[in-house]
Amino acid sequence: MSRSKGASLFAFCLLLPALLYITGIVAYPLVETVNLSFTDAALKPVTKWVGWANYEKIFNVNFSTIIVRTFIWTFFSVAIKMIIGVCAAVLLNAALPGRALFRILLMPPWIVPMAIGIFMWGWMYNGQFGMISGLLQNFGITDGPVAFLGYGRSAFWATIITDVWIGVPLVTIYMLAAIQSIPKDLYEAAWTDGAGRFYRFRRITLPMIVPALITMSMLSLIATFNSFDIIWILTRGGPSGETTTMIIDTYKTAIGSYKYGEGAARAVLICLFLSVFCFFYFRTVSRISSGDIR
Amino acid sequence: MKNSKPMIDRYTWYETIGIYAGIAVLMFFVLAPFIEGFLVSLKPLALLFSSPYSFWPENGSFTAYFTLWDRVPMMGWYIFNSLLLAFVITVVVMCLVVPAAYAFARFEFPGRGALLGAFLAVNMFSGAVLLIPLYRLMRSLGVLNTYFAMIVPGVAFLIPTAIWLLRAYMMRIPRELDEAAWVDGASRLYTLRRVILPIAMPGIMVAAIATFIGAYAQQFIFALTFNSKTEYMPIGVGLFAFFGRQEVIWNELMAACFIGITPALLIIVFLQRYLVAGLTAGAVKQ
Repeated sequence: MSRSKGASLFAFCLLLPALLYITGIVAYPLVETVNLSFTDAALKPVTKWVGWANYEKIFNVNFSTIIVRTFIWTFFSVAIKMIIGVCAAVLLNAALPGRALFRILLMPPWIVPMAIGIFMWGWMYNGQFGMISGLLQNFGITDGPVAFLGYGRSAFWATIITDVWIGVPLVTIYMLAAIQSIPKDLYEAAWTDGAGRFYRFRRITLPMIVPALITMSMLSLIATFNSFDIIWILTRGGPSGETTTMIIDTYKTAIGSYKYGEGAARAVLICLFLSVFCFFYFRTVSRISSGDIR
Repeated sequence: MKNSKPMIDRYTWYETIGIYAGIAVLMFFVLAPFIEGFLVSLKPLALLFSSPYSFWPENGSFTAYFTLWDRVPMMGWYIFNSLLLAFVITVVVMCLVVPAAYAFARFEFPGRGALLGAFLAVNMFSGAVLLIPLYRLMRSLGVLNTYFAMIVPGVAFLIPTAIWLLRAYMMRIPRELDEAAWVDGASRLYTLRRVILPIAMPGIMVAAIATFIGAYAQQFIFALTFNSKTEYMPIGVGLFAFFGRQEVIWNELMAACFIGITPALLIIVFLQRYLVAGLTAGAVKQ
């Protein structure tokens, strides 16, 4: 039944609305971005073809610093998310009373509107009166107020921590599901042989969740690389550009200064990096499913 | 420790303490902004802007929850807009995704893997990357500064995850059901409407809830860029109204945040069972 020509046609008809929608709202803009990146499109009536000029200009304005910064920001954010996520999943997997409640309490950062969570962090980081600075002073760790978002270095880490905070629930739920899908008899066999809890974690849990770990790191990597709201609300890329990632820079150029052409060139670079990530992701996934990695 | 737990699940006292201590640290990290935000919403502005820092709101009150409506009269609209946007986006996404997920789950047709990959690849691009052409597209469609400017792109980026979740659910519906209907002479469309849809309802609910949460949580960048009319703003952008020329009215801002959080919290409380089960079912089966 399902292999006949009629079935294929029916399937295409079912797919068509979603396909047309994605073509119009994602695929066409993507092509258009590439197109724009070779023009001097801006807030003026005529645009002309400028070849690679936009790309050359990007590398004259120290864009490589921004690329490096984006990679460092993304790397630490994803790494911390994965470490906390795996630890949290192991803790919440323990058969102790209250774990159902803790699993629910973990979800708010992911489920509440992102902007609201970020506003709350904005207050936490507030130099004069915020909680972190306040507690540090009350405990006598720092002498005066610390404006976390006022200095490049601390603002950089502050935005990472907020990004981790928003990402941890999803990573934890995913890793928890991976841990729960490990066959129980593996643990029982190891336990019968006298293997301790930590040994069982290291020799059973960890190897078994490697595929899920890779999948989640890649998904997390893509999402983090694209992260916009957090930095925009907390610092707008400041102070003095210290938290400007590629996406923030693209937004500032294109929407803030109306340089559509130059902005598009930056967007194309972001897409190139993302495609490289995706290439490695799909390669790894196919290697996992064919049994190379285990 | 005299219950009937299997031996392997028993913990010594120091293991128990260790696990709970770990959970406590985790919970503190996750919930600290909410706790602090709530306490701030109770404090009068003068106490907030005083040194040294005090954690507990002395003579705290819920005043901010009432005065915020006077300072930002559009607040009610922002919440309404957020819910409206999330609702419309969810309905449109589900209309597009239910047939598509069924097609992916049931039929073998040329290019199926590639098409599924193409849909999932959408997740790779955030709205920010495609902002420039989308802006021009919205302008040429004449929908800038309307609800549509936020709905149209919002829908596109929620389609992939919804397809993924629903496809996983529909693949578990036994094929024999379709075939039985086919043998009885039911048309394909009739089979989808009368046989598959009712059975897939729990899966559709999970996908719809996940889409609604996503639509409610991530409506910042399009609203920031494609809409400048106050009456259409969702809450994430609308909250900037509390940023005055001189100072931020933090206690009212936090109170407004908590009002904006309420719908999301209600979803967690009432639907968390579906949510965790549904999301994890889709996640691991691949």
